[in-house]
Amino acid sequence: MEVRRVKKPLHIISFIVENKPGVLFRVAWLIRRRNFNIESISVGPTENANISRMTITLYGDEPTVEQVVKQLRKLVDIIKVSRLDPDNTVIREMALVKVHVPDPAARADLDYYVRAFRGRIVDLSPDAAIVEVTGTPQKIDAFIELMRSFGIKELARTGATALPRSPKE
Amino acid sequence: MRLSGAKALIKSLENEGVEVIFGIPGGAILPVYDALYGSSIRHILVRHEQCAAHAADGYARASGRVGVCMATSGPGATNLVTGIATAYMDSSPIVAITGQVARHMIGRDAFQEADIIGITTPITKYSFQIRSAEEVPRVVKEAFYLAAEGRPAPVLIDFPVDVQREEVEMDFDVKISPHLNKVVKEPHPLQVKRATEILLNAERPVILAGGGVIISNASEELRALAELLMIPVMVTLMGKGAFPENHPLYIGRIGMHGSAAANKLIMEADVILAVGTRFSDRSTGRFDTFARDATLIHVDIDAAEIGKNIRPDIPIVADAKHALKAIYEAAKELARRKDNSTWLQRVKEVKESLEKAGQHSADELSPKNLIREIRKLLPADGIVTTGVGRNQMWASLYFEVYHPRTFITSGGLGTMGFGLPAALGAKVAKPNSIVVDIDGDGSFLMTERELATSIAENIPVIAVILNDGWLGMVKYWQDLFYGRRYCATCLKRGIPDFVKLAEAYGANAARPQSLEEFSKTFKEAMSSDRTTVIDVWINPDEPVLPFAPPGKSLAETIIDLREVKKGGS
Ligand SMILES: Cc1ncc(C[n+]2csc(CCOP(=O)(O)OP(=O)(O)O)c2C)c(N)n1
Repeated sequence: MEVRRVKKPLHIISFIVENKPGVLFRVAWLIRRRNFNIESISVGPTENANISRMTITLYGDEPTVEQVVKQLRKLVDIIKVSRLDPDNTVIREMALVKVHVPDPAARADLDYYVRAFRGRIVDLSPDAAIVEVTGTPQKIDAFIELMRSFGIKELARTGATALPRSPKE
Repeated sequence: MRLSGAKALIKSLENEGVEVIFGIPGGAILPVYDALYGSSIRHILVRHEQCAAHAADGYARASGRVGVCMATSGPGATNLVTGIATAYMDSSPIVAITGQVARHMIGRDAFQEADIIGITTPITKYSFQIRSAEEVPRVVKEAFYLAAEGRPAPVLIDFPVDVQREEVEMDFDVKISPHLNKVVKEPHPLQVKRATEILLNAERPVILAGGGVIISNASEELRALAELLMIPVMVTLMGKGAFPENHPLYIGRIGMHGSAAANKLIMEADVILAVGTRFSDRSTGRFDTFARDATLIHVDIDAAEIGKNIRPDIPIVADAKHALKAIYEAAKELARRKDNSTWLQRVKEVKESLEKAGQHSADELSPKNLIREIRKLLPADGIVTTGVGRNQMWASLYFEVYHPRTFITSGGLGTMGFGLPAALGAKVAKPNSIVVDIDGDGSFLMTERELATSIAENIPVIAVILNDGWLGMVKYWQDLFYGRRYCATCLKRGIPDFVKLAEAYGANAARPQSLEEFSKTFKEAMSSDRTTVIDVWINPDEPVLPFAPPGKSLAETIIDLREVKKGGS
């Protein structure tokens, strides 16, 4: 994985869709068709069984993000599209990182980092461990950076999901 | 009421007011065809499914109603694709119904199975696969709603053959799901106010009307506004017909082969009110040069079009009719503050000095003479369709349009072969209008078989083939940009003999040798109840001018071939 250096602001687009066959296909097609470069996409059910929530994050300039939102709004099965303000949004991502831990010293180091990031070791074998960590995409980035010193064997990220915070009076 | 899915489909189509379906049957759609037997809906058997879609499209464009085409699964469905894509690019409302293999066979690569929903997702607004017969009434209702509402587009209904046969208790009293209604018709009052003030204070305003004005039936509103504020009007290719071309405020059409005056004057305007246009590159020339110094007001019903190619100063998301009306009402309240008589004088002068700009051959049978003659003979409500290439550009340059929906051309996709089947569709929609396909020999050959449909189904049209023996527009680019290296563009004039070909189909045919003969043939064709093919041999070196070469600004429009420099793409 390469480290992202120059960053435009991160945008979070959250939208709810009819839970119908083909919706994910249409969203994926749209992203490819319009040449949008997204960072992550996640899908999952909501409190209503007929409705799913999708979350897209992307780094981009204002006109591009605006086009993504407008094009998404046009899709027939999309019920509502919102742009979430990163400062007033709870955003979370989960990652599973399998790292190389050949000896007790490495294991102790790993344990230290995992605790610092409030992660969990969820699988352990004689020379490897799988760590689960949850947080903002930036936190996950930072954690993965640290794990490089151990040697990352495999990595899986869920992509970000998000909800706006309730307004405070 | 217990009905099969197929019968419910036909009944639902009848409920939608469908009067005609263009199509070709096959195994996976046979139950629907059986249900069509004895229905009040007329079925027109075309000779290729592409033409079913083009005919439905021509019908939709001429009438403003949704056109319907139908095909069997697999190859029938895939043959529709070019026609659906053509309609999609020009925002034309059609509903395409395709047969599909039985539900339990889907995904098994069954005989004549094609994933037509996957194939057409990029060229439809939406598609439905009917998974159980009871869905039929709602699906049809939603399909027609989606095709016509807001920005029109094709919608596909894929109908597995076992569901066509399935009998269930049918309820036709259905409503569309509420979330489908996303269209904003009324403009935001604040934006209207800002736009109106800008227009009232403009020194050199123009209105640019696109196809959206025709689609929303807003020509009257456009004219009222232009006359109220004395703003000159130009159109895009798709907007031809939105404003009467014999009106004193009409300037011309912008674009790659637009009028020299329109291309010049749009670059001089200080305020542009653009209505129902998506700023295609063929209209604007190089994006970063278009309207750079003007204040741009952009009205479109599709929010995603606003800022996609050109960023406006005042965006207005609304139906063109509603927006034009609102601006008119607001402008009537306020008085015009800036006098624009100098601008009107300038417009008049530029128009007059450039009216004749653009070379053409001195031949008697030049496209210009022929097309002007057609205009002279054709009643004002006569409809012209076109092929693609030089014929299309000449038609758009020389054929003056007076009424909306009387100039029908494949603008966005540029589909050769569109002319004849679209003419048939238009004729079915407007049986009392004379319909003329102004075509190229190459384009005509792509769908020439529909002469059979026109004779067999008694749909008389006139096809005028501007026969240059070449894929003319491509040859033209080879002339200008590829050092006359004519790779794969010569069609060898005479193959086929279009007169014999037409006669073989049972059509009238002639090859006039003079303008007088042409005129005589055309008049006979107009009064004949049989399709006529007029094969006119024109000069293969006939230029298409004016020309704003690809990748150039409209300001670089040339009117004389000696100005052409090497380059182009
Ligand atoms: C289906 C399709 N294939 C290819 C093209 C590319 N093309 C554009 S214009 C043209 C030549 C058209 O020739 P013809 O119909 O004879 O018209 P002319 O330009 O000679 O008037 C071609 C091949 C196209 N637009 N559509």
